Amino acid sequence: MAEEREAAPNPRAFWSGTLTFGLVSVPVDLYPAVRARRTALRVLGPDDQPLVRRYFCSVDNKALGPDDIVRGYENDDGSFTLVADEELDALAPRKSRDIDLRRFVEREEIPRQLLERPYVLAPAGDSTKAYHLLAETMERTGKAGIATFVMRGKEYLAAIFAERGSLRAVTMRFASELRTPDDVGLPRVVRSPAERRQEMERALAELTEDELDLKLLDDEYASALRELAELKRDAGRDVVEIEEAPPEDEQGTADVIDIMAVLKERMGGAERKPARAQPAPAAARQAATRAAGHDALEDLSKKELYDRAKKLGLSGRSGMSRAALIAALRKAG
Amino acid sequence: MVARAMWKADLSLGELKVPVKLYAAVRDAKVHFRLLHATDHAPVKQQMVDPETEQPVSSEGFKRAVAVDRGVYVVLTDEEQAALAPKPSRLISIEEVVAAGAVDERWFDRPYYLGPDGDDEGYFALAEALKKREAIGIARWVLRNKRYVGALQASGGYLLLDTLRYAQEIVEVAAVRPGANRAPDKREIALAEQLIGALEDRFDANEFRDEYQEQLQAMLAAKAAGKVVRFPKAVKREQPDSLVASLQASLKAKRKDAGHGRRA
Repeated sequence: MAEEREAAPNPRAFWSGTLTFGLVSVPVDLYPAVRARRTALRVLGPDDQPLVRRYFCSVDNKALGPDDIVRGYENDDGSFTLVADEELDALAPRKSRDIDLRRFVEREEIPRQLLERPYVLAPAGDSTKAYHLLAETMERTGKAGIATFVMRGKEYLAAIFAERGSLRAVTMRFASELRTPDDVGLPRVVRSPAERRQEMERALAELTEDELDLKLLDDEYASALRELAELKRDAGRDVVEIEEAPPEDEQGTADVIDIMAVLKERMGGAERKPARAQPAPAAARQAATRAAGHDALEDLSKKELYDRAKKLGLSGRSGMSRAALIAALRKAG
Repeated sequence: MVARAMWKADLSLGELKVPVKLYAAVRDAKVHFRLLHATDHAPVKQQMVDPETEQPVSSEGFKRAVAVDRGVYVVLTDEEQAALAPKPSRLISIEEVVAAGAVDERWFDRPYYLGPDGDDEGYFALAEALKKREAIGIARWVLRNKRYVGALQASGGYLLLDTLRYAQEIVEVAAVRPGANRAPDKREIALAEQLIGALEDRFDANEFRDEYQEQLQAMLAAKAAGKVVRFPKAVKREQPDSLVASLQASLKAKRKDAGHGRRA
């Protein structure tokens, strides 16, 4: 593994592991697929000096350094059981780097409420063939993988999705972390009178759109915050300069890494060559895509597919998955 | 024990309103540790200090600033911060309704249950209607000075509201396809399909347990009882050398399993 890393420098992957199913292994690097919201306000003191957080003892008010602090688990009687780092390390049971793909399920079958945090999986290592094979096959068949793995000492359950040629992992909550309607104390489900159901269906129909309006997902607070801050900066009001080191934390790296550059570099045959004056001839490209078991439709986004379906007047398109849209478009010729 | 509602609101769909209560759907099942002072085992507290003097600064002296560039901050007054806060409201407004697949897996953040609050019929009618249309509602609301966007879906006859991430939080990944020299061949594709088919099953979340948390709890219980616990060592995996060979070997192993019952 070490030699491979030197050959293809790894721009700060969040984690590296091996996706395994059956006896097939697919080395991958994990990158966060979400970035931090930039809305946290920095706390300054009365003289505009940036303040820092420090630990103090709640009893004797002494300032505490890292060596003065231990970890405790509060027992029911209010006493503490102390736990050392080594004890937690010993718990991380399998120090394996396998992302164990235990089964494949229909993509729609995965409950959304279990989904926790998404990552992009980029192929790593010398051969990316197995990665492509898995991504293409999962996407074509509409399947998602269910995997377990141990990352940074903790066990994770994850769903593996294939989308537009690349693989993603979304970590999932365990069933034990979700309350049931019973736990919450919700009343028994009762069937409502037909007229109420029809009323609701009409209300839903009226609000139905063919596709998601991304404007609804705009972070208005973040925009307003930035706008106000820039306005004040341009007016020279309340501006404070603070010496800062470049960010080194995980939050920062998500923004720094160009995931697309990583994926392209690892995946493409053509993209790898330094001299790329001329695009590959169309015939060669088509042959390549045929060999990979898909046609040009597979390269389109869901929205692009949808637009084509709309042009052709395909009925039922708004409810179709990407795979269903491709199938319907192929049928329509 | 019946959970307490976090909030009461009206779910609005155009003219229609359904009164609901909001409940957390995530149970905090994880072990949490507290940081303690090593000598007296008293819990630690955090305070903001001036890094020059290491002297604590009281919260009345705090100013809050937003970054506009690296190293350049703009201080916001209390009035400015208050003006940015959204207006309080008791409405969860369904802005539009889309096919369930229109919001992909990366957007989902945290689930909440909605429960009926006086109009059970309206509540269950909405859950049924959403299920029948295989649709989700895109909802917006303001709770405790924060704006939220979420996806309203039907689940087991009830209404679930998942908060969604904002568009700016999602890292876009464009389509990527392998170069011709890396594309799998027909035989590999056929084998992969067979293998995926052989490993196909229904998804049952209850089959997967958080073994790390279970071991952590066992360890804490054992420590409290003064025992020593041991854990299994890591297993090393062998790397197969040919893709086709490993696909075939996997299929063979899988067929053998199938002979001894459905699940390995």
